[in-house]
Amino acid sequence: MEKQLFTITVFTENQVSLLHQISMVFSRRCLNIESLTVSACSIPGVHKFTITCKSEREMMEHVVKQIEKRIDVLRAFLHTDDEIVFQEVALYKVPTASVLATDEIEHIIRTHGARVLEIQPEYTIFEKTGHTDEVKALFDKLKHLGLRQFVRSGRVAVTKAPMEYVDEFLQNQENRRQQLENK
Amino acid sequence: MSEKFTGAEILIKALIDQGVDQVFGYPGGQIMPVYDRLYDYSDKVRHYLARHEQGAIHAAEGFARATGKTGVVFATSGPGAMNLITGLNDALMDSTPIVAITGQVPSSLLGRDAFQESDVVSVTLPVTKWAILVRRPEDIAPAIARAFYIANSGRPGPVVIDIAKDAQTNKAEYHLDTCNFIRSYNPDPEPTDDLLKKAAEIINSAEKPLIISGHGVTIAKAEAELVKFAEKAGIPVGCTMLGLSTIPTDHPLNMGMLGMHGNLAPNINTNKADVIIAIGMRFDDRVTGDTAKYAPDAKIIHIDIDASEFDKTVKSYLHLHGDARSVMQRLLPLINTSTPNKYWIESFSRHKKVEEERVIDREINASTPDGKMLMGEVVSIVSKIFDDNAILVTDVGQNQMFGVRYFGFKSPRSVISSGGLGTMGFGLPAAIGAKIGKPDRDVVLFVGDGGLQMTIQELGMIMEYNVGVKIVLLNNNFLGNVRQWQHLFFNSRYSATPMVNPDFKTIAEAYGIKAEDVAHRDNLADAVCRMREHNGAYLLNVNIDETDMVFPMTPGGHGVDEILLNPTEYYKPV
Repeated sequence: MEKQLFTITVFTENQVSLLHQISMVFSRRCLNIESLTVSACSIPGVHKFTITCKSEREMMEHVVKQIEKRIDVLRAFLHTDDEIVFQEVALYKVPTASVLATDEIEHIIRTHGARVLEIQPEYTIFEKTGHTDEVKALFDKLKHLGLRQFVRSGRVAVTKAPMEYVDEFLQNQENRRQQLENK
Repeated sequence: MSEKFTGAEILIKALIDQGVDQVFGYPGGQIMPVYDRLYDYSDKVRHYLARHEQGAIHAAEGFARATGKTGVVFATSGPGAMNLITGLNDALMDSTPIVAITGQVPSSLLGRDAFQESDVVSVTLPVTKWAILVRRPEDIAPAIARAFYIANSGRPGPVVIDIAKDAQTNKAEYHLDTCNFIRSYNPDPEPTDDLLKKAAEIINSAEKPLIISGHGVTIAKAEAELVKFAEKAGIPVGCTMLGLSTIPTDHPLNMGMLGMHGNLAPNINTNKADVIIAIGMRFDDRVTGDTAKYAPDAKIIHIDIDASEFDKTVKSYLHLHGDARSVMQRLLPLINTSTPNKYWIESFSRHKKVEEERVIDREINASTPDGKMLMGEVVSIVSKIFDDNAILVTDVGQNQMFGVRYFGFKSPRSVISSGGLGTMGFGLPAAIGAKIGKPDRDVVLFVGDGGLQMTIQELGMIMEYNVGVKIVLLNNNFLGNVRQWQHLFFNSRYSATPMVNPDFKTIAEAYGIKAEDVAHRDNLADAVCRMREHNGAYLLNVNIDETDMVFPMTPGGHGVDEILLNPTEYYKPV
């Protein structure tokens, strides 16, 4: 089966050791995580992991189920790029002298939709949000200006569905809790 | 203001409130406050001191497997906790409810490489269902409540609570804490009515159906439902190794054991069946052989409480995600009453007859000139003398395969063996734990000379607590299973498998355990009777022919119906 890039989103309780519990499901199958973003999500107390990984679909389906099996994980989902809207952010640090020396900089900023975050006598910092290939395109442009530092974030993504899939799970669990209380 | 207790006392109170009255363990520096409190509660909680932490956790596993209750084990930090790892992994693989409580260095020293500090949570997460580090006394009671709920609900498994020493010595109030709900965890999934109806339709229209009964049936206490289901629908049953006692051995629909060394009939007919109802089993590679050749004609209905087992190794047609007992209860009224398909049942009988003539007979009616015994005959005689109604505990290897093949079962929850992990050294401590958990049942252990020496120190537990385990040492002075593979697949090059052994009888006697050497088969039956009649533990050191090999056998990488009857001959069904 063909390898492709998948995005896995994992909703968890906000607790110590979750990162380890999720990453070990990948490492035991020798799967390399391409990118990882973790932060609080819109539901109070719930954290969202967004992970990208290149692999076969069947393998990723197993991985998602094994992640979901961990007690403190609420739900985990597998997505392909067409099911989500996603973005990453990158920062580029370029010597100010070389920015001033070129006459291309206005063109670069306009065509790449980049922003200038800071200008110091020694360096200028640009920011670009976009898909991986767009971030890479700006990188290639700035490289010959003597790029000093470059960093990119992992992917953040939301699904094209009208609501968070995890909401349904939480609602079902809330119903279970009430049933248990009434017993 | 209500009274405050040390964390150690809170722990003991919380355990008592969970119904715990027996624990296994081994003390050490960072868990001493707990042991100190235990001293005051010895009338309520009995502690069994193992001779090694691995022994303690295997004993807790044996206890849990025999009773269905959660086994509890104590260990200290660092090496104590690390010695639990094998048992934790074993319990995870075989879905055994365990709560392991480990001492940890004081919280101010965490991460500073303190004396006997190990990162217990990080190390144990891959081999546990859940693990937590507790740093404050007020967090102990909630952690215990959560741990017991997690360990023994859904698919059971081991849980670790690592408690920093200052959490054991500092004080907090104790409030009884119970836990029956965790927001992120649903241990009681229920398949929809639609899915059950679909499953029933498939079952009702099957011509050559086969039930595969696994450990999940035992865990769900669903043995009665299984038998009712099989009888009503007229469906033959094959068992996985850990599912063996889910249906009595002599039940007419019990077709025997599946897998690498299972019986011919259920293995062959797995690949003839048109519908397979797999209940509480996980299509382990030792059961399926080559999955590409597995059950080609069957629609598989997979009943399991663990969703991650669906389609993991074998794709199934329908998933019924739920507890084996409740799923079968709901399925039962939807199933048509029918008599077994005569031709289908007869095909099992034909294969069974071949196995009896070609494999079993030479094993149980053996006649070696020097009187050395074959393992099958020993297990068979022991089983009969114990009325086919003892709890069978095995170690791992040939003793295990012969044990499960030739032992008979009348009652549920009678097989205790390390299935998933295949842990040598499991047998002796697990048998001790089983006997402690079920003192009114006979507990018979089959163990090899290799495996016994991996945890032989636990004879000390037998001595100290008078645990009446009947130990049958199948002694061939070889690591027999590896020897068998060397013989079959490595040109009989017996690399590191012959063993120079001690005098096991003398060792047992040194521990005050009655022991006997059985050198010749003529003396076997009488010796087994003496063992049974003796009030207390007994060790029979049985002189086994090292050339004895377990057959039938599906070699690794072969399909379940490609079965060796002996080293050179594959079974060719007519």
